Amino acid sequence: MAREDGANARSVIDIRDLSLTFETNDGPVHALSNIDLKVEEGDFVSFIGPSGCGKTTLLRVIADLEKPTGGHISVNGVSPEDARLARAYGYVFQSAALYPWRTIANNVALPLEIMGLSKAERAERVKRNLDLVNLSGFERKYPWQLSGGMQQRASIARALAVEPDLLLMDEPFGALDEIVRDHLNEQLLQLWAKTNKTVIFVTHSIPEAVFLSTKIVVLFPRPGRIYDVIESDLPRERTLDIRETPEFLKIAHRVRDGLRAGHSYDD
Amino acid sequence: MTTEAMSHGGAPASLSPFSRLMSGTAGPVIVVVAVIFAIWYLGAVLLNGQLQRDAYERAGREDVPLTEFIADTLAQERPLLPAPHQVAVEIWKTTAEKSVTSKRSLVYHSGITLSSTLLGFLIGTALGIGLAVLIVHSRVLDKSLMPWIISSQTIPILAIAPMIIVVLNAIGITGTLPKAMISTYLSFFPVAVGMVKGLRSPEFIQLDLMKTYSASQGQTLMKLRLPSAAPFLFASMKVAVAASLVGAIVGELPTGAVAGLGARLLAGSYYGQTIQIWSALIVAAVIAASLVTIVGVFERIVLKRMGMAQ
Repeated sequence: MAREDGANARSVIDIRDLSLTFETNDGPVHALSNIDLKVEEGDFVSFIGPSGCGKTTLLRVIADLEKPTGGHISVNGVSPEDARLARAYGYVFQSAALYPWRTIANNVALPLEIMGLSKAERAERVKRNLDLVNLSGFERKYPWQLSGGMQQRASIARALAVEPDLLLMDEPFGALDEIVRDHLNEQLLQLWAKTNKTVIFVTHSIPEAVFLSTKIVVLFPRPGRIYDVIESDLPRERTLDIRETPEFLKIAHRVRDGLRAGHSYDD
Repeated sequence: MTTEAMSHGGAPASLSPFSRLMSGTAGPVIVVVAVIFAIWYLGAVLLNGQLQRDAYERAGREDVPLTEFIADTLAQERPLLPAPHQVAVEIWKTTAEKSVTSKRSLVYHSGITLSSTLLGFLIGTALGIGLAVLIVHSRVLDKSLMPWIISSQTIPILAIAPMIIVVLNAIGITGTLPKAMISTYLSFFPVAVGMVKGLRSPEFIQLDLMKTYSASQGQTLMKLRLPSAAPFLFASMKVAVAASLVGAIVGELPTGAVAGLGARLLAGSYYGQTIQIWSALIVAAVIAASLVTIVGVFERIVLKRMGMAQ
């Protein structure tokens, strides 16, 4: 379905009054409570918040890796489980989680083997997606032969190879140094512009969230809930220079205020 | 400049040949072997000494010189503890100097033991992997099978081996297979325990990844759990192959000592042929070491091809 701008855009994710409570030995832990959120097609949404605010848990609920204990959630108009079974999304984890016994090309081909694609189709998709993340020429290398940044790019290629419309990313660049992170952020934006996917991105870096997102969701801990949703008016096409502009700093300031409020709640 | 060069060049030359030998691995290994042989010879003299003194008494000899006494204690026909060179001579006579088909050839007996060892090892490894796969995929089987697997190993193998042989003979199964069953009984255990650990070794994140692909349990097993378990499998197989050899030897004892290394041990003990017992023991140890080494070579090749060893 072609993407339409504005109010006609289809909701990819629709969350209403969602809650999730973990039962532990020390009593119930309210990981998420009263979450209301809509994500439109083509959005780049960041979840930001202090540790324990439930941002990763919320992403895992969308991915059907956790089950909510209350409320409503739909992904692509169906339940998260049906969406997962239909392979509606690609998930990028905090660490690359490449299989050490597979070469880079075979790691990217892993989901394609599970989907039962033909060998020719697999080879074509592996090549195209490794090109997309600038890893051509590393097909036959093993993960341990690559740097951390390259491994994470390979894992993004692996998620893209499924060709999902929705990309779920859980602090994918958290373990990388600042320079590599900037570089990958730029590449990710270009990729998003090229493929026009919907991206949900978990981070605890304010510049990263503001630079990447069309919508920033600030979460609070104990219980995990949404404090603020900031619609970014920055242009969709951005370079790293945008981080010096007043508009960028204004949004960053609002995010920081939100995060501060979240911390003062605790102390 | 000159003093520096002198001290630099002079240092290695000042080392004695002994300390240079000991700086490598060969030196310490040679020393350890030499110490073992020295203790062995000393033990042989002390243990066989009484027998020798009794023999002298019967022959009416007195005042035998010490050198002759030692030489005689190390050359007895049926010593309590044969000396290393007696065992070496016996091994040489029963391997190199006998035709392979001869009933007195250790190569013939080793071959028989080896064939049931390998058959039992293969069945045991397959059984161990199969049990581990079942246990990892079913909580019920984990709770119900695991206690039996563990308690199976607490029963002395010497007690259960004759029963297995007799029962299998009663239903018409004879030859290599019953002995191989004893090897299987001993070798499936380390493989099952190691593989349960190995199949559970993937990280949560790797399992979650398979879930996001909505992979079936079978796909997760083939593409994630089994490859992750490879290093565990080889470690278990090294233990299992040595246990298989023990099982095959034990399995040969209740069959009336017809053939095999176990038969040589039993026949040797019937007739007090300690030299024969010891040479069979040494050959069994050499075979066990070789089998473990072969598994180790396989391990290196496979893990290297999997890209898991540099």
